[in-house]
Amino acid sequence: MAATASRSEAVKKLQRREAWRRRIPLLPALLFTIVVTQVPFLFSLWYSLTEWKIVPPEPRQFVGVDNYVDLFDSRFFREAVWTSILMTVFAVLLSVILGTLIALLLDRKFFGQGFVRTLLITPFLIMPVVAGLVWKNQMYSATFGVFNWVIEGLGFDRIEFVSRWPLWSIVIVLVWQWTPFMMLIILAGLQGQSASVLEAARVDGASPRATFFQITLPHLRPYLELGVLLGSIYLIQVFDHVAVITGGGPGSTNVPYFVFQRSIGGGWQFGLASAYSIVVVVASIIIATFGLRVLSGLLEGEDPA
Amino acid sequence: MSGGAAAGGVVGKGGPKSFLLGVLAWVVGLVFFFPVFWMVVNGFKTEEEAAADPSLIFDPTMEQYDEVTAETTGLLGFGEAFSNSLWAVAISTFFVMLMAVPAAYALSIRPVAKWRDVLFFFISTKFLPIVAAILPLWIIARDLDLLNTRLLLIVLYTAMNLPLAIWMLRSFFSEVPRELIEAAQIDGASIRGQITSVILPIVAPGLAATALLCVIFAWNEYFLAVQLNNAGGETVPIWVTGNVSTRGNFLAKLSAASTLATLPVVLAGWIAQKRMIRGLAMGAIK
Repeated sequence: MAATASRSEAVKKLQRREAWRRRIPLLPALLFTIVVTQVPFLFSLWYSLTEWKIVPPEPRQFVGVDNYVDLFDSRFFREAVWTSILMTVFAVLLSVILGTLIALLLDRKFFGQGFVRTLLITPFLIMPVVAGLVWKNQMYSATFGVFNWVIEGLGFDRIEFVSRWPLWSIVIVLVWQWTPFMMLIILAGLQGQSASVLEAARVDGASPRATFFQITLPHLRPYLELGVLLGSIYLIQVFDHVAVITGGGPGSTNVPYFVFQRSIGGGWQFGLASAYSIVVVVASIIIATFGLRVLSGLLEGEDPA
Repeated sequence: MSGGAAAGGVVGKGGPKSFLLGVLAWVVGLVFFFPVFWMVVNGFKTEEEAAADPSLIFDPTMEQYDEVTAETTGLLGFGEAFSNSLWAVAISTFFVMLMAVPAAYALSIRPVAKWRDVLFFFISTKFLPIVAAILPLWIIARDLDLLNTRLLLIVLYTAMNLPLAIWMLRSFFSEVPRELIEAAQIDGASIRGQITSVILPIVAPGLAATALLCVIFAWNEYFLAVQLNNAGGETVPIWVTGNVSTRGNFLAKLSAASTLATLPVVLAGWIAQKRMIRGLAMGAIK
């Protein structure tokens, strides 16, 4: 009796040791990430419960949830949230759709295939600040822009694209930069398709359309999900493009830019700005968790059994 | 059209439809590349030519390149910005890989209990908008005397890229066939031996693809650099925006500066594109 007890004790000890041996390689990354990303978050949480203005300097006061009440009353915050949603959804959807179509075009033999692919991935490699400045000054600009030169050549009046459609001016640049990334992911998916399955479908007389919708698209599902997930993570945080293209002009202030404006960008209301950021973090995590699940579920239903 | 293209991948025969799709691919490629092409072209013009109607006929000049790389005392020079960026990118990517490889190993090959939760935790930190952390970061950095140092950017870029790297590497590690690892175990290879002789050679393209993505994101990062580092450790993106002036024409100078700033990452991406596609293919699924 005592012997078996001590033996199971020993087994447990071994198991525990093994569990720790497995954990050790994980620890540096985990500790580093917790310290650098979670500690500032806790600070933000604390700041958000205080009234704290830097300019003019006032003593920091604990105000509880007042900032949160203020922010849900704020029309500007609601507008920024709406802008963020539109910007992210349009940019992600358009770049995934365009990226898929272009990947299908590239997934076939034609003269100069590699060269065309090289041309296509370039926008993704361009620094966002540069992309914004180049589009603003050399494409959209009413004075120097190529678009307006074409428009005038066709006999129309010059258009101030950026002030007329601030949101779309940004979305187009985002789509230009992220389509190549989506294309790369989808292309990887297409090239991982088994040739024998496609050949079998062809022999069985399946139309190209049926082959695409019943074989290729379900096969691409995880790649599409990956694209949507990565795209959303990065695009919901867009700051650089807003800063250099419109500088937060009407209808183009997304939440990141809004928080920046209200804090270090001139507002200096650290307490209120922290409350904004906490709400954004919580909302992003909820959207990310549920969004991905809903997406998987929807596409799962379309799988041919 | 799309269905035809998918089938075309297998059939791959000529014919007018196939030819037209090839032409279409070229047109799309050229359209996407045009803004980059235009930026490069404008960098070789004089300011007057760049401000005039778009034209491809001009005398190429290096004038703008000379001007933007000229060192002026008191202003951020190209050399300084370039070396600041190089340090921040190289060292942060090194640390990312140093921590991500073992972590990915512990999440795939010899997984810890609840590895899914751990992985989700890493990904969820990417959802934390950087603006949300900028205030505390600024205050903490100020108190630790790290404002305007390269070290601060190295730490933050490491944190910024680590979750993505762990996530991608975990997928690559999961691709390593179990049998190979078991065979190595039976042959008596130590864990270190298994890693260096079995696992690393297989995941090498994945490691390269992951490191490249980290380099791209770190080299191009602007927000943290401009908020926390606007005196002393300025990086290339800050230097680029310094070439926009409110007085006089700046289009040609901005183009030259933009070309210089984007060149390293664009070249690296072009050279490594095949690896990146293969890496993403392996990385996407499990």
